[in-house]
Amino acid sequence: MDNILKFEQEKETLSIKLSGNYTSFDDEATIRRLYALAQKTTIKSIIIDASELQKWDSSLLVILYNLRKSATQNQQNFSLNQAPSGVKQMLDLAFSVDRKPVTEEIKKASFLERIGNWGIAVSVGVKKGYGFLVKALQSFGRYLGGRAVMRQVDFLFALEDCGYKALPIVSLISFMVGLILAFVGAVQLKTFGAEIYVASLVTIGMTRIMGAIMTGIIMAGRTGASYAATIGTMQVNEEIDALKTMGIPVGDFLVLPRMMALVLMMPLLTMWSDFMGMLGGGFVGVTMLDIPLQKYWDMSIDAISFNNFMVGIFHGFIFGIVIAVCGCYYGVYCGRNADSVGVATTKAVVSAIVWMIVMTGFITVICEVIGI
Amino acid sequence: MTKEVQIAVKDLTIGYGDFVLLKNLNYNINKGDVFIIMGGSGCGKSSMLRALTGLVMPQKGTIMIDGIDFTKAKPSVRDDIMRKCGILYQSGALFSSMTLAENIALPLQQYSTYSEQEINELVSLKLALVGLAGFEEFYPSEISGGMKKRAGLARALALDPEIVYFDEPSAGLDPVSSKLLDDLILDINHNLGTTIVVVTHELASIFAIGSNSIFLDGESKSIMGYGNPKEMLKNPPNEKVYNFLTRGEAKNA
Repeated sequence: MDNILKFEQEKETLSIKLSGNYTSFDDEATIRRLYALAQKTTIKSIIIDASELQKWDSSLLVILYNLRKSATQNQQNFSLNQAPSGVKQMLDLAFSVDRKPVTEEIKKASFLERIGNWGIAVSVGVKKGYGFLVKALQSFGRYLGGRAVMRQVDFLFALEDCGYKALPIVSLISFMVGLILAFVGAVQLKTFGAEIYVASLVTIGMTRIMGAIMTGIIMAGRTGASYAATIGTMQVNEEIDALKTMGIPVGDFLVLPRMMALVLMMPLLTMWSDFMGMLGGGFVGVTMLDIPLQKYWDMSIDAISFNNFMVGIFHGFIFGIVIAVCGCYYGVYCGRNADSVGVATTKAVVSAIVWMIVMTGFITVICEVIGI
Repeated sequence: MTKEVQIAVKDLTIGYGDFVLLKNLNYNINKGDVFIIMGGSGCGKSSMLRALTGLVMPQKGTIMIDGIDFTKAKPSVRDDIMRKCGILYQSGALFSSMTLAENIALPLQQYSTYSEQEINELVSLKLALVGLAGFEEFYPSEISGGMKKRAGLARALALDPEIVYFDEPSAGLDPVSSKLLDDLILDINHNLGTTIVVVTHELASIFAIGSNSIFLDGESKSIMGYGNPKEMLKNPPNEKVYNFLTRGEAKNA
């Protein structure tokens, strides 16, 4: 049997007749017309005849709920006649709890107030981050003194994770970067007939900065994110609370093995990245620019300078600290739900990349000043 | 004979930032009590526990443990006090990268002078005490929720603590596992004389194990009932406590 929703206004009364099946009732146009009529100020009472109502579900209940609610608001009489007891009970249940959600008036801050709040938040964040770094260094001090609560196995796992397991992705990206550097450089150098200098360009570029930056970005996305997610999940699972109440410093137990592993591995990965970049450049040089392999190799070796190489390695070392501190910091200060782990992970990666670029700026200026 | 007070809470106010969750609380937990902190959802029970275990600094007031002001103590003194305490968290809070044996061995390695062999034997004993003998090499992800709680309890008992805190021990457990955990709590209390502090709103557990209790009320931010839960049911201090202890039955129904 089809559903029929008939309604009409008789003087001050809105009469509604329900008959048939009201399951998944979605005649929106009719429902809107009914609601509009019920809102009329001339209506003083709403009377519903449900004597012929057969099957029903929430789609009917929601109509009745809205009608009763508007009747209460507009001080109209509402009567539901001969409805199945289930309909009446469910409707009564929906109106049984009169609890309003607590809402606080949101005060809109002025522009200056917002700038002030942002400044305060930034300074608090910097202070907190500095405190975290100091604690991590204190943990390292305790480690040197043989007093740190760190499991060797955690350190070895961290070494494995940010060491050889990262090699494939570092190799691929660095090879591609070397290849791109060589290709872009070759287009310009060709105009002067100086294609052979592609080898020097790639080697200097990779060893001085590109190897470290590419490795840093890869490791921030790979390992920094993993640190934040792992430690953040431990926060959600109350494992950090358990450590604190056991009197085990979080810095020793969770931060130290990760930071030491990354600080040790980043310079090595940077060296590997330099090599893979040079290989990528060599591939372009030999296959596209017809430079003999031996010649390319000799030019590359000649272009390696101790200073450039060490500046690159130093970058790797600093980036290791930056990535580990950002990853662990956002993990430890993660909230207590699944969503906050995602937020912590994102913040860890973004802040690590930003701080790496900032540190690169500092190192570049210092190198310029001391003439390296 | 009056019992010796182990934990004395005086004028305690706890909250987060400017928000006050509970204010001016005063109560004592006696040595050897099974003390229940109960109340409706969101009334601040877990925050109370976090304050007792030093994870939240109170806004005002003191928590004296064995006569020492825990809230103002130096970190080394706090560590000494916490060494006397074991905590079973709601989720068990086992370290997922470590086996059950490694989890339980951690506080022993940190605070005892036992040899590796002795620690291994102690770990096996603690696991056997909670009914998990033979599970030493299992990882937390390989055992059920109830077993995780029991393993968490084994870790909490590792250093033979004088006080054990439980945060919602029955949460997520079936009635049988919940009853087993209650029995285990009573066994520990009777046989070792350990003071037990349990945060829960499970009525069956409250009546089965509680020797003393407080009822926290989120609206008034205060203690609305203080005493033995069964006595409180007989002589309810107010309708709120009676409603809670009878699952919302009207007093004169």
